[in-house]
Amino acid sequence: MTDGPNYGFDTLQVHAGARPDPATGARQTPIYQSTSYVFRDADHAAALFNLQEVGYIYSRLTNPTVAVLQERIATLEGGVGAVCCSSGHAAQIMSLFPLMGPGCNVVVSTRLYGGSITQFSQTIKRFGWSATFVDFDDTDAVAAAIDDDTRAVFCESVSNPGGYVTDIPAIAAIADKAGLPLIVDNTSATPYLCRPIEMGATLVVHSTTKYLTGSGTVTGGCVVDSGKFDWSQSDKFPSLSAPEPAYHGLKFHETFGELAFTFHGIAIGLRDLGMTMNPQGAHYTLLGIETLSLRMDRHVANAKKIAAWLEKDDRIEKVTYAGLESSPYAERAGKLYPKGAGALFTCAVKGGYDACIKLVDNLEIFSHVANLGDTRSLIIHPASTTHRQLTEEQQEAAGAAPDTVRLSIGIETVEDLLADLDQALNKATAA
Amino acid sequence: MNENYSDDLLRTVLKRTKVIACIGVSTNPIRPSHYVARYMGLRGYRVIPVNPVYAGEELLGEIVRGDLSELTDETVDMVDIFRRSEAVPPIVTQSLSLLPALQTIWMQIGVCHAEAAAEAEAAGVTVIQNRCPKIEYQRLFGELRKGGFNTGIISSRL
Repeated sequence: MTDGPNYGFDTLQVHAGARPDPATGARQTPIYQSTSYVFRDADHAAALFNLQEVGYIYSRLTNPTVAVLQERIATLEGGVGAVCCSSGHAAQIMSLFPLMGPGCNVVVSTRLYGGSITQFSQTIKRFGWSATFVDFDDTDAVAAAIDDDTRAVFCESVSNPGGYVTDIPAIAAIADKAGLPLIVDNTSATPYLCRPIEMGATLVVHSTTKYLTGSGTVTGGCVVDSGKFDWSQSDKFPSLSAPEPAYHGLKFHETFGELAFTFHGIAIGLRDLGMTMNPQGAHYTLLGIETLSLRMDRHVANAKKIAAWLEKDDRIEKVTYAGLESSPYAERAGKLYPKGAGALFTCAVKGGYDACIKLVDNLEIFSHVANLGDTRSLIIHPASTTHRQLTEEQQEAAGAAPDTVRLSIGIETVEDLLADLDQALNKATAA
Repeated sequence: MNENYSDDLLRTVLKRTKVIACIGVSTNPIRPSHYVARYMGLRGYRVIPVNPVYAGEELLGEIVRGDLSELTDETVDMVDIFRRSEAVPPIVTQSLSLLPALQTIWMQIGVCHAEAAAEAEAAGVTVIQNRCPKIEYQRLFGELRKGGFNTGIISSRL
């Protein structure tokens, strides 16, 4: 798309989308805390409402601060455009909404964040949608799960609660053959560690709450479109290929070409679902992204050291981290995620459920919270919290068995983190 | 159909162009052919609508021409085609023979014709296929930033 200098990731994470403010020259992106924007005249208003010009109308749809964040994430992911929204869960609905209709299904990896499993297995049924869960290491099963009513394939790059990395090129090839878009949740890897679009993904979704913002300040989500999918190749995606009654019969794909999905996300998704990101939240996330690569390098370095230390510890049953040489996914991680397999992993503690609870309760630096991707190190016992709505079978499949804790390694001094784990493990496994 | 055109090329075309003949313009304001023509007019281009169905009517401040042969006295430097791909070859042939100032043949999103494009390029005319000049203008000159699109533009200048 661009023929300018081929800027590096570190340059783009600081600059993409954020030219000096045209009104004031402000160098840092201002927080445009305004709900609405003045029209030049009636013709201008009409052109904006008819999607004939791009501009600001009302902050439920577009906002100057949020737009900078959208362009930045789209650039880092190598997409043509992005729509930000209020959370990662909102992003998942925003990604599926233009593709699905009553009776349609999405083929989904079993290795997902527990909240996503619940959203897909339960809540989307209220829209008349359904999800078919498959082991994404069994590519034949993924292909076999796709039927005439399937409208998308969905997985996470580095999966939550960790230890697994998806073979995105293999899954993308299956989706492509079936004429379906592949949606990849890239929250745990971030575009610094993984660029799903380069591996064949159509859409990338994020919980920007995590590493992108980085300091645990605001919730947010984002849907990035590669611009590469031909929505008119079949009649499966009428929201994008057929006349849209709410816009005088406008056809999004015919009118906007590779920008169709993003325009639809603004003009239908945000307009009518209303899951908007607020400009203050976008500001925090923009600040976070400026240091993304620096933080991710430290997150990964600390995670590698801690996972290796835990693996050798006799109080630990096993460590599930794709960044360990002992991982069955080590080769895949090395090939597809060369900068690191994230900083999220699980370990099984000898002593099971009770020892996990004691470990969590005795840590002084690690925080017991239902979040990941914070500068702070975090720990959670998924079976008693984030994954507690799941059956034991679903918990096992998602890597969240009762004897397992999930660690999200922060950027603190690694020796301090090791010492904290050591003292808490002593208390957790004491007779 | 996703031809890669450099931003430099697209920017050059959009900056050098002054007069655009829009082939297949609709009088219906919600059709892309209408509002793309209108938009380019608002951005300072002279846009001359061409469509035999509406020949002689006034549209966007110009009289609609029935055919390119009515434009021989105008300095048309770009022909923008809003027609099916099959209709492209005669338009290109006619443009090359009738429009001495012609520099660019632009085919809208979904419109492509390899042989016609080759014919125009052989005559020294720039060809852009499967793109919209309005969207490229919006992207390259800042407007798409407002929608969160990847403009590819990195700059520390106002």
